[in-house]
Amino acid sequence: MDAESLLLALELASGSGQGLSPDRRASLLTSLMLVKRDYRFDRVLFWGRILGLVADYYIAQGVSEDQLAPRKTLYSLNCMEWSLLPPATKEMETQTSVVKGRFMGDPSHEYEHTELQKVNEGEKVFEEEVVVQIKEETRLVSVIDQIDKAVAVIPRGALFKTPFGPINVNRTFEGLSLSEAKKLSSYFHFREPVELKNKTLLEKAELDPSLDFMDSLEHDIPKGSWSVQMERGNALVVLRSLLWPGLTFYHAPRTKNYGYIYVGTGEKNLDLPFML
Amino acid sequence: MEDSIPVNQKIKHQELGETGRPWEETVTTSQAPELGLSEALELEQGPETGLQPRSSPPTMPLSGARTPDRPVDDLVGLRASFPSSAFQELPSTLSPLALARQDFMAPWQSDKTTSVIPEAETPHFGHLEQLSDKGGSTLHQTCQSKGNTFHQSQQTKYPLYELRDVSDHTSKQKELRFDIFQEDDSDSNCHLDQPESGASQVAPSMLEIAIQNTKAYLLKTSSKSGLNLYDHLSEMLTKVLDKRPENAVDIIENISQDVKMEHFSKKLDTLQNENEMLPTYEMAEKQKTLFLQGNVEGADQELEDEIAEHALPNIMESAFYFEQAGVGLGTDETYRIFLALKQLTDTHPIQKCRFWGKILGLEMNYIVAEVEFREGEDEEEVEEEDVPEERDNGDSEADEDDEDELPRPFYKAPQAIPKEESRTGANKYVYFVCNEPGRPWVKLPAVTPAQIVIARKIKKFFTGRLDTPIISYPPFPGNESNYLRAQIARISAGTHVSPLGFYHFGEEEGEEEEEIESGRDSFEENPDFEGIQVIDLVESLSNWVHHVQHILPQGRCNWFNPIQKSEEEEEEEDEEKEDEKGEEPDDTEQEVGPPLLTPISEDLEIQNTSPWTTRLSSNLIPQYAIAVLRSNLWPGAYAFSNGKKFENFYIGWGHKYSPDSYTPPVPPPVYQEYPSGPEITEMDDPTVEEEQAFRAAQEAVQEENEETEEEEDEEDDYD
Repeated sequence: MDAESLLLALELASGSGQGLSPDRRASLLTSLMLVKRDYRFDRVLFWGRILGLVADYYIAQGVSEDQLAPRKTLYSLNCMEWSLLPPATKEMETQTSVVKGRFMGDPSHEYEHTELQKVNEGEKVFEEEVVVQIKEETRLVSVIDQIDKAVAVIPRGALFKTPFGPINVNRTFEGLSLSEAKKLSSYFHFREPVELKNKTLLEKAELDPSLDFMDSLEHDIPKGSWSVQMERGNALVVLRSLLWPGLTFYHAPRTKNYGYIYVGTGEKNLDLPFML
Repeated sequence: MEDSIPVNQKIKHQELGETGRPWEETVTTSQAPELGLSEALELEQGPETGLQPRSSPPTMPLSGARTPDRPVDDLVGLRASFPSSAFQELPSTLSPLALARQDFMAPWQSDKTTSVIPEAETPHFGHLEQLSDKGGSTLHQTCQSKGNTFHQSQQTKYPLYELRDVSDHTSKQKELRFDIFQEDDSDSNCHLDQPESGASQVAPSMLEIAIQNTKAYLLKTSSKSGLNLYDHLSEMLTKVLDKRPENAVDIIENISQDVKMEHFSKKLDTLQNENEMLPTYEMAEKQKTLFLQGNVEGADQELEDEIAEHALPNIMESAFYFEQAGVGLGTDETYRIFLALKQLTDTHPIQKCRFWGKILGLEMNYIVAEVEFREGEDEEEVEEEDVPEERDNGDSEADEDDEDELPRPFYKAPQAIPKEESRTGANKYVYFVCNEPGRPWVKLPAVTPAQIVIARKIKKFFTGRLDTPIISYPPFPGNESNYLRAQIARISAGTHVSPLGFYHFGEEEGEEEEEIESGRDSFEENPDFEGIQVIDLVESLSNWVHHVQHILPQGRCNWFNPIQKSEEEEEEEDEEKEDEKGEEPDDTEQEVGPPLLTPISEDLEIQNTSPWTTRLSSNLIPQYAIAVLRSNLWPGAYAFSNGKKFENFYIGWGHKYSPDSYTPPVPPPVYQEYPSGPEITEMDDPTVEEEQAFRAAQEAVQEENEETEEEEDEEDDYD
């Protein structure tokens, strides 16, 4: 959600029950303004928070001129002092995929993971237990990246692609109509398209190249990994991810108000196939 | 009629352009095709035309000389010169003269003057009619849909040209008409044209021709969309000038697209919009009753009574505290729930009511209220639900009567554990749910131990519809309402906590024996509770206690011994039970849970994760902060306390946390088909030596057959 309209955004997303306390809200409004100035972001998104056992991580993201360019991620424990996180890499993901359980709330906390590694000594092959230390900060980076790639959502038409390549905010976007708002096909993954190039020519023929340049949620796997609800008597559409429980996307049809927030434990719901 | 506005405007222009142009001109032209049609019309027109002076000299040669110049231009110009308003008239006034006559009957000085002109011409220009008709019909649609705005834009569209254009075009029309009507036209028509032909007398310059040509090009109608660029550009400019967006040049493509889109989108809105918005109104209508309920009851006395003994909790106050903790629904939604709860307490005999929380579902969410009925108000429904169990017994008896005596399964379903009485254990409170404030409250059925036991083994999302069947393994006895109730019981038992000392055990000593056995299950508010320092609540979990009974593995809060019951029923079953007892000794041991009001510091850890997280709501102003408790076992369960008050709240998907992924339980081992004994166990054939030995033995001791056989059996077994 846009940091500038944070209060309205939080009100709209409050149906999932995860808000911010007044002091957090106030400090976010102040500190994110400064973040925008210091890091020279085009706009700042308040991304959400990851609940730790001891403390919570508050996450913000900075967007550059090109809206789809990799976003810079910052975290804070007290909503005032922000630190920049390194960009996520493949290695990080594989490294942290072994970590289970809750976040602690201490970025320097180290998870210990014992691994069996094969060690060659001459001709013999030993299996040796190696303890791998994984910093929580690394896990944080990786989890945020995974969530962003899997469930960051933006309504169709909110961004448009110029013929020269860069992607801009569509100022003429006036919200989805009510009938469109109920369809998953009207929402896109807010990331570089992955599935789009796998589409057949026939499927691509109907796409508008300036608007349909991202993957839609329609074909997400597993099917039914989104819960679409109309709240407040059809005045608000709320998408909740079941794959990453805690991610709430809201959009008031026919207005420009949209955004997503993640408030959760930072764990993927691997049980989803059993639960539907 | 909307059309009247632009037409009137046109008339003004015409008047300006052709000063002194007599009114009856139009009448006479219209008269032309209708000549001799009806006497009444002629009679009517007679006096009218007669009023006008007809002194102008004929101007035929002049206009005649001009027409061959630009025949194409004229046609196009003619078409274009009628802004939609004129064309709109076309279909209605086209051929049926009767219709047209009606038009004439109306006072012709008003709007109709211009619209009459095309009517008069159309019968004569076959191709022109088609052209204009086509253009007219497309324009007609857009005009209708766009209503006033279109006309306004039309007016602003030709700010410069209009004055000249109109006069020009009308002259052209007349010229054209002139050619055709020449024969029947009496002198009247000829000298009528005179004053305005004077205007067109000036020879057109090259520039003007170029302008006209360009305009004609721009006005060319696209064969695909039926639009033309001229209109489109002017609409775009109108939009830009009206809205004044910043950096308009950057978004000109979007504006262009928007303008084109408007042609399509507006067509839909006559019918579909109404339908689409219907649920919104429906919900608003329902919620309106919530807001009006105070007025309906009205009377002051009742109000006083209500205030005296109300069951309604102050949700807004606890919502305020939870907001400090960073949890909770928005103020708006909370207030609506507040009203909905008021509705609930007003319509049911409720002693105590509490906002339990909200459970998220796939399609709809559940708002859950926890209530306690007044004494003796809720007994009716309890009896009915025992019936189905008895039916099951009846079925098994019927099977016994079969003549063929089918092999009876040895499997005996484990003794069904009876559910707890209302007001005790897991059924201490009654729960009401509704999907959205304003919708009806539905009472959830009482929970049975079996449901709790199965609910522990499955993990399913709620859908939001109570009658949804739960498809799972192991099969869940009941539908979603039962599952919801079971989860609510589990969450309550796990997460409802209060500061130490807020409640204490009641002082009834009469039933001590039972209480010792089952743990005391009643408590009351401690009047001497003095509050605990907030900082103590944050720092030590032992200052918080559970005030809802722990649910035993059996699915009940108070242990029920299944064996006692079975002895009472049938003796045969007893023996079988005893066999089972040998196999499953766990069953007989009494399950004991932690007693009521146990500090939560004794809760079990979830794989090295502490089950609770405590926090101060604000580090900035700790003086007024409150203690916040968050359950890690049931994500979404919260409790707060400011030292004196406390409240529990749940919002989430209704699932327990487990660090490991969920695995459905394996099916139970296959039941034995028959009891395995010596008579059906396959044995090795005796060897020759054994047979010989056996014979020898038989011969030796003939009397004691039985013993030897047994010995042999034993030998065989060793093999």
